[in-house]
Amino acid sequence: MIKPCQRMSDVPPVVSPVRGTPLLQTVGLTKRYGDFVANDSIDLEIWPGQIHALLGENGAGKSTLVKTIYGLIQPSAGELRWQGQAIALSGPAQARDLGIGMVFQHFSLFDNLTVAENVALGLDGKESFKAISARLAQVARDYGLPLDPKREVWQLSVGERQRIEIVRALMQNPKFLILDEPTAVLTPQEADQLFVVLERLKAEGRAILYISHKLEEVKRLCDTATILRGGRKIATCNPKLETAASLARMMVGTEVKEVKPRGERRITVPRLVVNDLNLPPDDPHGVSLQHISLELKGGEILGIAGVAGNGQDELFAALSGERPVKEPGNIIIDGIACGHLSITHRRKLGAAFVPEERLGHGTAPRMRLSENALLTGHAAGDMVRHGFVNAAATLQTVDRATQAFDVRKAKRDPEAASLSGGNLQKFVVGREILRNPAVLVVNQPTWGVDAGAAAIIRQALLDLADQGAALLVTSQDLDELMEIADRIAVMFHGQLSAALPRSEATRERLGLLMGGSSIDGKDPAHAAGA
Amino acid sequence: MQLVLEKRAERSQTIALISPLIAIGLTIVTMSLLFVILGKNPLAALDAYSIAPLTDSYSLQEIAVKATPLVMIAIGLSLCYLANAWNIGAEGQFLIGAVAGSWIAVKTQGTEAGHWVLPAMLLAGAAAGALYALIPALCRVKFGASEILTSLMLVYVADLLLDYLVRGPWRDPAGFNFPTTAEFDPVATVPVLIEGGRLHLGAIIALLVVAGAFIVLGRTIKGFEIRVVGAAPRAARFGGFNADQLILLTFAVSGALAGLAGIIEVAGPVGHLQPGISPGYGFTAIIVAFLGRLNPVGILIAGLFLALTFIGGEQAQITMKIPLDVTKVFQGILLFYVLACDSLILYRFRLISASRQVHRGAG
Repeated sequence: MIKPCQRMSDVPPVVSPVRGTPLLQTVGLTKRYGDFVANDSIDLEIWPGQIHALLGENGAGKSTLVKTIYGLIQPSAGELRWQGQAIALSGPAQARDLGIGMVFQHFSLFDNLTVAENVALGLDGKESFKAISARLAQVARDYGLPLDPKREVWQLSVGERQRIEIVRALMQNPKFLILDEPTAVLTPQEADQLFVVLERLKAEGRAILYISHKLEEVKRLCDTATILRGGRKIATCNPKLETAASLARMMVGTEVKEVKPRGERRITVPRLVVNDLNLPPDDPHGVSLQHISLELKGGEILGIAGVAGNGQDELFAALSGERPVKEPGNIIIDGIACGHLSITHRRKLGAAFVPEERLGHGTAPRMRLSENALLTGHAAGDMVRHGFVNAAATLQTVDRATQAFDVRKAKRDPEAASLSGGNLQKFVVGREILRNPAVLVVNQPTWGVDAGAAAIIRQALLDLADQGAALLVTSQDLDELMEIADRIAVMFHGQLSAALPRSEATRERLGLLMGGSSIDGKDPAHAAGA
Repeated sequence: MQLVLEKRAERSQTIALISPLIAIGLTIVTMSLLFVILGKNPLAALDAYSIAPLTDSYSLQEIAVKATPLVMIAIGLSLCYLANAWNIGAEGQFLIGAVAGSWIAVKTQGTEAGHWVLPAMLLAGAAAGALYALIPALCRVKFGASEILTSLMLVYVADLLLDYLVRGPWRDPAGFNFPTTAEFDPVATVPVLIEGGRLHLGAIIALLVVAGAFIVLGRTIKGFEIRVVGAAPRAARFGGFNADQLILLTFAVSGALAGLAGIIEVAGPVGHLQPGISPGYGFTAIIVAFLGRLNPVGILIAGLFLALTFIGGEQAQITMKIPLDVTKVFQGILLFYVLACDSLILYRFRLISASRQVHRGAG
């Protein structure tokens, strides 16, 4: 069944050489939303015992396709076949009855309920709670997915929460399992554990549809890959015979621009200093920051790695001033103690911030880009005079960001929500960089952004550092940090490890830190975590 | 076939403008049905409600007189609502403003006090309304109490306070025991604009308030702050705007405008303090604010329209014996349709055949 890559353009769809019928097949599957075609006549075959990768940039139509297969969306045209029979799914319950399971990227778990209670809520049928708990423990043990059924979800790490979702899907004994970007929230070691489980499921003859854009991972794990671009199937190929670059080319359609390596680095004076910052959590399930210290010099990029939910958001709130701290000396920007100052004051000192969530945090979704330029631009510069807004200046910022960062939009000044994720992120990052910040704190700069936009954003961050700014970049994408950061520290349970120079920051070492192990030589009592 | 609501990519400016008109149309249809059920000729009733008052000068002036407090209060409320602060107690702030301003009028009655009296009354009314509105706002900010409930409950406190004053300490000794103060002195009265007419200086003040709100909301950073705090609270905090301070500010401003409207009403058209000085202006202004799209110019138009229903209601009562309460039904139905039609700004209807129903799922 392993074939070299077939491009849709030069090879007509061929019947698979494997005998028998595929487990699941889509024939000319099409989904339209008004004039927009999310899926355009997609043919896909999933065979038992196969790990099939679904590759594509954001907006390529991956989500629409799997939601159609899972019965959440009804196709506008085309056919779904299950073991050769045409089917019309009325909803996910029917898909589950057939033996289709799905693990979503965003978990649907109740924080205040236990693992077993969450699983019981997600199961159809009339099995008793006791029986469910027992079966849960059994399935978890069988597949090497350790889970305590009695623990409440809020106490669990993201990796453990994902295990709940996987076990919940496995308890329905699916023939076909869909996983949506499962490793996005895992440490490298946790991802390795997951791969063992997936290999085992494959050996049992189950089929897996694996959505990802981590190409190395796909090459390692998957037998077949289908690449979508702009709602169309571009190719089906064997990823093991491709290179990451050739896969990326098919996903993006053009050559992906490599980030230029940095030139002569001129590290100057400390511009952002954090001294023993402690901050209790805002809400009962939050993370408290403990003894965070760091020093960041001009011209330098410090990367902060770590699994989501280990205090990154809390650190961002404290650094930005969204949650000021009592002790001014905890945070020093360009020599000025500003722990107690508001975000507006800190912007006036030359700091700029890019939060993780573009819509609703970085921008007001239903406001125009010019208004969103004003959102952070009002602190300094010429946008506001005597309390009056200079509309021309706000529009000018939009135009400059559009030009400098290639923001694609339908009109000059649209609402933020109407932009695609990548274009909005380019605008948000551009808006801050155009202010020529002395210090830039960025959370997840390229999260959910297509490869083209990600390259532009990373290049902009490097250029800003070259101009002498100090950058703090928090990311869950280790590859990204390896690419742009000079030093990398890891957040775990609200604590920050010492920063490793890039040359010493191997995936293994970072992975261990992300899982809570201390660095050799570091005081274990300090690094043991909460 | 199935009718579904589908989210639009961007808010529709067209619908934002015509949605109040659709709502008015639907209200007229519903009211016609109601008139038929009441055994009245719907055409005659609608004529009495909305056409007849526009045909003579007295009614036209009276519409402006009624619209004055509605517009002033609604402008203040729109600032609150845009900032996601729910002031439902404008009626109470209106009454307290009337009481506080009247205190000066009562105390200077029959003295040689000069022309400072009226400006002092207006200031006192605005200040008292602002302070009274700050009570629910502070409870919200300090203790997290729902400002919807507390501001509403304070309406009844204000109502009873006014009742007590005009029946007790401030009652006109020569008033045959009616619960009212004496007629205010000329220096304590809002001057009329047309000799012998009813239109008074308050109408000009209301127009200035509209113009002021238009500039603040559209051109200033404070106006932007109000809009962004309401539209995207987390983004507003990221922008450096403090939602708590804004609740206090918008409540104070809306309370001041309601209080100012209250004392203008008492020192103008009414001429003395008595119970029942408001036919529910503070509540009707909520409808005005939403019917006017929380936009100053829209509020001006909506205020005139709602004033028309007040005058029309009185006419219908006189000429067709339709109970005055039907006016409130009319206003309630109107608010209902306005809020319903607003969903069309962000959503649109779509007919979907049964075979391709859209299931909105997780993720």
